[in-house]
Amino acid sequence: MAQRIDVKDLNIYYGDFLAVQDVSMTIDPKSVTAFIGPSGCGKSTFLRTLNRMHEVIPGARVEGTVEMEGVDLYGDDIDPVAVRRNVGMVFQRPNPFPTMSIRDNVLAGVRLNNRRISKADAEELVEGSLRGANLWNEVKDRLDRPGSGLSGGQQQRLCIARAIAVKPQVLLMDEPCSALDPISTLAIEDLIGELKQDYTIVIVTHNMQQAARVSDRTAFFNIAGTGKPGRLIEMNETSTIFSTPSEQATEDYVSGRFG
Amino acid sequence: MTTTVSPPPQRVPGRPRRRKRTTDRGFNRAFRWIAVGAGVLILAVLAAVAVFLLQQAWPALTAGSDELAASVPRYPEDTSLLEYVGPLVFGTLLAAALALAIATPVAMGIALFISHYAPRRLSQLLGYLVDLLAAVPSVIYGLWGIYVLGPAALPVWEWLSSWFGWFPLFAGPVSPTSRVLATVAVVLAVMILPIITAVAREVFLQTPKLHEEAALALGATRWEMVRTAVLPFGRSGVISAAMLGLGRALGETMAVLMILSPGFLYSFKILDSAQQQTIAAYIALDFPEASGLAVNTLIATGLVLFVITLAVNMAARAIVARRKDFSGAN
Repeated sequence: MAQRIDVKDLNIYYGDFLAVQDVSMTIDPKSVTAFIGPSGCGKSTFLRTLNRMHEVIPGARVEGTVEMEGVDLYGDDIDPVAVRRNVGMVFQRPNPFPTMSIRDNVLAGVRLNNRRISKADAEELVEGSLRGANLWNEVKDRLDRPGSGLSGGQQQRLCIARAIAVKPQVLLMDEPCSALDPISTLAIEDLIGELKQDYTIVIVTHNMQQAARVSDRTAFFNIAGTGKPGRLIEMNETSTIFSTPSEQATEDYVSGRFG
Repeated sequence: MTTTVSPPPQRVPGRPRRRKRTTDRGFNRAFRWIAVGAGVLILAVLAAVAVFLLQQAWPALTAGSDELAASVPRYPEDTSLLEYVGPLVFGTLLAAALALAIATPVAMGIALFISHYAPRRLSQLLGYLVDLLAAVPSVIYGLWGIYVLGPAALPVWEWLSSWFGWFPLFAGPVSPTSRVLATVAVVLAVMILPIITAVAREVFLQTPKLHEEAALALGATRWEMVRTAVLPFGRSGVISAAMLGLGRALGETMAVLMILSPGFLYSFKILDSAQQQTIAAYIALDFPEASGLAVNTLIATGLVLFVITLAVNMAARAIVARRKDFSGAN
């Protein structure tokens, strides 16, 4: 179910502006990879190129390749819609559809493109996905209530349930805990630990302790100054990044000297 | 604007500052009273209109049917005022409802195209063009309806009648003049298109990016994104936009007056002439020659229109208010 991602010489542009320059990395299947770095260094932008969500912004484009199990996501015959079905995403702020019930939120992705699903299958999928997101016990009695009535942490787990309901290969998380309290954050972090048994997970975080707690490998991004492109400075085992990084900038950042 | 760039004057500490504060407070108070005054003025105007209508309609409301039949031209014997106004209310509602049925889907399509499909430049241009439709005077729409749309639509009406004549709305015969309610409804639809489009466009543009991205990240195509995120979010906004359009269609006078060949029947035949009439057009048509109780009768029908329009607008308000819970702002 999980897949490996190879990024080669990726440049990301908004119009003529080079936002991220020359990133190459390999993301292992069934692992958690964390992106850390100061604000504006392009880590979220880079994350969004992994499921072509950056294309939502007019003028955004990339050079280079992003290969998933050898298939270039930016190949001519690749539909971005198909890419996004394979690569799920969880956003910074919980965003369940406000007009839908909890059940319909979980099924939203499956119902896209008129995929028919029997009632029994739907129930099974809802329970499975919500259990997968550690939310089932909290909402099983109110599946018909609106998703916006849940707490922030529950909403975020609902979004995770919605993302895994379509059985993606990869799950991207863009600062999934930045809008949550510490207890909800802990719940999400535990969940990430469980999800990596089935999915390739990439998480952007501002919280270095979080990166250290949840990830297997960590990539540090930095930016030379405003208007300059963001770059991948170094990527390694998380324990190495946080103890003996090879770059001075990484050490300064993880030890809290800037950023 | 010039005062903002002038250098700070040499001043005795305390005094000028105090004076400035008091003038500030004066402006504040003046502004408050202007705002309150404007608010009260609206209520006063509305109340004045309502009082005028009631007062002037009163003689007709209290008169017996014999009295009305004696002084109002074309007033049938043994008919109460309510029975007399009935067909007019029916015609008004039918014309407005048909116009709404035609305009709403088209307006939603245009609004969605402007907000989510068209390239930015084109969408701006289209926005202007749609707003321009609102600037065309209704007399012009009337002329256009008679000389352009009517003849052009006649083959369509004949086709509708010959294929769908079993459906009450399209039952024959088709009037060769094309001065029928169907033509009126199309003209009204064009007239209410701008307001519905403008409101719907604003609502669609306000769809939170977060929800659109949620749909896209699940692998939604553009249309699926619109369906899962934009339309549910905009639903009640579109309903209130339609209500605003309905309000305008109900009160539209000139275009109806010019195009429609009127009749006083409860008739669903929109392709035949001399079937229906709307309240506004009826008043405009008969007013120049009315006197005495006939004027009071016309004003009484105006009162009915006032009540209908008020009810429609209040319904729109209620729907807008209910929308707060679903706005996704939480």
